[in-house]
Amino acid sequence: MLSPYLVVGGVVLVGVLLFVAAMGARRLIAPSAPTPAKESTYECGVDPVGEGWAQTNVRYFLYAFLYVIFAVDAVYLFPWATVIRSSDLALASLAEVGIFVGVLLIGLAHAWRHGLLRWL
Amino acid sequence: MIASMAGALPTEFVMTQISYAAVLPMLLVFGGAMIGVLIEAFAPRRFRHEAQVTLTLLTLVAALVAIATSARDHQGITAAGAVVIDGPALIFQGVIVALAAVGVLAMAERFTADEADAFTQSGAAVPGSPREAAAVRLGATSTEVFPLTLFAVAGMMLFPASADLLVMFVALEVLSLPLYILSGLARRRRLLSQEASLKYFLLGAFSSAFFLFGAALIYGYAGSLELSDIATAVQNQSGMDGLLIPGVLLVVVGLLFKVGAAPFHAWTPDVYQGAPSPVTGFMAAGTKVAAFGALLRVLYVAFEGVRWDWMPILWGVAILTMVVGAVLSVTQTDMKRLLAYSSIAHAGFILVGVLALNQKGVSSTLFYLVAYGFMTIAAFAIVALVRSSGNEATHLSQWAGLGKRSPIVAGVFAFLLLAFTGIPLTSGFTAKFAVFAAAVAGGGTWLVIVGIICSGITAFVYIRIIVLMYFSEPAGDTMVMTPTVMSTLCISLGTLVTLWLGIIPSPLLDLASQSTLFLR
Repeated sequence: MLSPYLVVGGVVLVGVLLFVAAMGARRLIAPSAPTPAKESTYECGVDPVGEGWAQTNVRYFLYAFLYVIFAVDAVYLFPWATVIRSSDLALASLAEVGIFVGVLLIGLAHAWRHGLLRWL
Repeated sequence: MIASMAGALPTEFVMTQISYAAVLPMLLVFGGAMIGVLIEAFAPRRFRHEAQVTLTLLTLVAALVAIATSARDHQGITAAGAVVIDGPALIFQGVIVALAAVGVLAMAERFTADEADAFTQSGAAVPGSPREAAAVRLGATSTEVFPLTLFAVAGMMLFPASADLLVMFVALEVLSLPLYILSGLARRRRLLSQEASLKYFLLGAFSSAFFLFGAALIYGYAGSLELSDIATAVQNQSGMDGLLIPGVLLVVVGLLFKVGAAPFHAWTPDVYQGAPSPVTGFMAAGTKVAAFGALLRVLYVAFEGVRWDWMPILWGVAILTMVVGAVLSVTQTDMKRLLAYSSIAHAGFILVGVLALNQKGVSSTLFYLVAYGFMTIAAFAIVALVRSSGNEATHLSQWAGLGKRSPIVAGVFAFLLLAFTGIPLTSGFTAKFAVFAAAVAGGGTWLVIVGIICSGITAFVYIRIIVLMYFSEPAGDTMVMTPTVMSTLCISLGTLVTLWLGIIPSPLLDLASQSTLFLR
């Protein structure tokens, strides 16, 4: 009864083993001659500046939020596009998607009026 | 296996039928919240407070009317088996809306200022920063709290009315997310408030994950997330208990988190202490009603067939909750933390009613929730009035001699404490009697014995506060703010309901016992 899960578990296990085998083989075969330049973080040929832990501008989270809202929005719009031409669903689905997008637009209007779309 | 799954899929797209009349109350509250957001975006600052409070109260009243009329006449399972509007769902929704209306009155208290007193003017600014000072100078307001409250209320209404574990999860999130924000918006002691918000968010996220994982396991067992299908699978299917029992327990753990039952109570004192007092009252009352409604539906409808597997565990949880709530409330020195531990103890008493697993269990649980909700909202509204050097005087020593300084407020608070204790002629007595009677009828005599002992312990705590208020000398600069009509109305309503349910409990008891039948 749980056998499908056993297969899934087996596949996961084999995957982990493959990874470990590949990395282990590389470790055994590859030559190792470290220098300070080789040990440093690779940043496209530019010398790394500062530590690995750095502050980033938190202002981007608003854009991330708005992006998520509209990405989810788009996911629902695609299936709608396939039924918008059918005669029995057209009007009802138009109204429903209108409500759905309208709710999202209310959120966007609020964000806009509170100046969240303005870059400081 | 794939072939059988493909065979089960419907061949033709069928449009979902939604009985709009049945879900009208929830739509009204969601719509009101949307209009609230628009007011927040476009109305000038000076009109916002009045506009939001009026809109919120009107929305809640309209929802209550809709529950009593259109939804009551259109009971049934609707929205493709996602929402069920039956007796218990209706009465839970009605209670939530009524409690929210009283709670909003306390939130709208602003004394002589222009904006709500309990909430910070700039929740996003670092406490004590120049940005916060600028926001205060410009007269910023936190009127967002009202639409947020409405969103939370809508989630709470959907929670006990969901006929599907996934809808229940969505409702859980809709009710929780606004509460996380609301509890971080206190005007005073903002760091404590923000800490409360963060803790509530993290532990809430944990509990959501528990719930969702449990729902996934149950889907693996029953092949459906609908409560009625799960009930059928539990009745007819043997084997695979390895999926069912952990699933049931994880779902129940997710709900017990929201209820604040031990050992999942750790967030309660911190959050109740840090959140703005009116929000604490609303949260304590509303979340408990909604979460117990959902717990009743899940246990009574979906998992009734395996009751012998989860009953002993929930017995343990109920006993632990009562004991932890009662014993730890003895050691508290902060009024809001004390009320938080008292709320944990009350959650334990309510669980005793839930575990009766009979019709009386549903009606007594409901009665207890109504009684507890109204007294708790009024108690936290009073806590918000008692001040010392600008801050809320939450340390118990600051309440010494309050009976001499402001006899009315102290008198009302003492009455509410007696109701918490369960003294006759208060709703607390009837409520405790009802759940204990239901539990005895359901074979839970041992639970009742523990419950009565714990009641005795909590009585000591409450009586000690009354003694402190009346029989010790006033010290420090504790004073009581003069409430405006909003708080006065909130406290009076809470107190009057407490008194009314203590003297004439039968109308509500009758109403509750008429609506104990869950639709499957």
